[in-house]
Amino acid sequence: MASLKALKLRIGSVKSTQKITKAMKMVAAAKLRRAQEAAEAGRPYAERLAEVMSSLAGKVTVGPQSPRLLAGTGEDRVHLLVVATSERGLAGAFNTNIVRAARKKAEELVAQGKQVKFYLIGKKGRAVIQRIFPGKIVHQVDQSHIKNVSFGDALEVAQDITRRFEAGEFDVAHLFYAKFQSALVQIPTEQQIIPVSIPTAGSVAPAAGTAAAVEYEPGEEEILAALLPRNIAVQLFRAMLENAASEQGSRMTAMDNATRNAGDMINRLTIQYNRTRQAAITTELVEIISGAEAL
Amino acid sequence: MAELHFELVTPERLIRSEDVYMVVVPGTEGDFGVLAGHAPLMSVIRNGELAIYSSPTNVTARIHVEGGFAEVNERGLTVLAERATEAA
Repeated sequence: MASLKALKLRIGSVKSTQKITKAMKMVAAAKLRRAQEAAEAGRPYAERLAEVMSSLAGKVTVGPQSPRLLAGTGEDRVHLLVVATSERGLAGAFNTNIVRAARKKAEELVAQGKQVKFYLIGKKGRAVIQRIFPGKIVHQVDQSHIKNVSFGDALEVAQDITRRFEAGEFDVAHLFYAKFQSALVQIPTEQQIIPVSIPTAGSVAPAAGTAAAVEYEPGEEEILAALLPRNIAVQLFRAMLENAASEQGSRMTAMDNATRNAGDMINRLTIQYNRTRQAAITTELVEIISGAEAL
Repeated sequence: MAELHFELVTPERLIRSEDVYMVVVPGTEGDFGVLAGHAPLMSVIRNGELAIYSSPTNVTARIHVEGGFAEVNERGLTVLAERATEAA
């Protein structure tokens, strides 16, 4: 049985751990609200852009001359998996879930005889991916210095990816991130970003009907060419915002659980401490009494 | 006089959503003014100043916009810009 002194120390250490997890939970809760607001504020733009994209894409026939971001390279050999994770750990299963989704996809692709490459945003997925697919990581974006993701950050990443695409480094790009649903639920999501998957025409049918007489300035092709790279940036930006909200949500839940566990542990240890203390007192008393009787 | 519904959106947030008299948009092929009932149009915009008119003579705001495009449809004018800063 552990000594009284050891138990006391142990309780103290669990208590200070609990203080830390509790503080982390509060911080995550505060950050979550901000991240959620940012994610919501970004929605109108993405929605409008998707509308415009689909009404434009209906106009332009995909042919060999159309932009490669839309039509693809005509091949399907090398896949780039863009995996967005967080920069910090202690967020429950957040990073694990995203990496698992990416890994599953990668294994499927490899089984089909395709080549995979990884492009990481955030450092937390690196260790696992490096171990399972050694040497497949082409680039890692460091976001540790960024506090709140801005569109400029997403734009930089998008430009880098587009440049690699144009240099022929890959044919298809997928994006992995966690979609934020609530503080308890974050859904690991996969999305194809290159070639652009056009939203189905069904959802925008009414807009398409009136768009017949739309005048384009300069031309449809030019607008589309300007739009496609921007679309990638917007998709990335949205993924980053969703990810930020998901990360905080996940951390909040994880830290809440940790705080509760620490509480349970303190209770158990306190009971054990009290029992040990009583046992020690009893033993002392017995010793004194039997000593007195012996006289 | 019917009012034009105008929206200015950046990836970060919805900056403006209001009814105005006219908006002058810096298009790549020249500035153009949009009044209520304008024909459907889509244009890429260049970096420049966007002016909002509350009446034919009164400019209520000038906003510097960078990179994006403008769309006019039956619901009004929507400007999607990558960056927008309001000039004092």
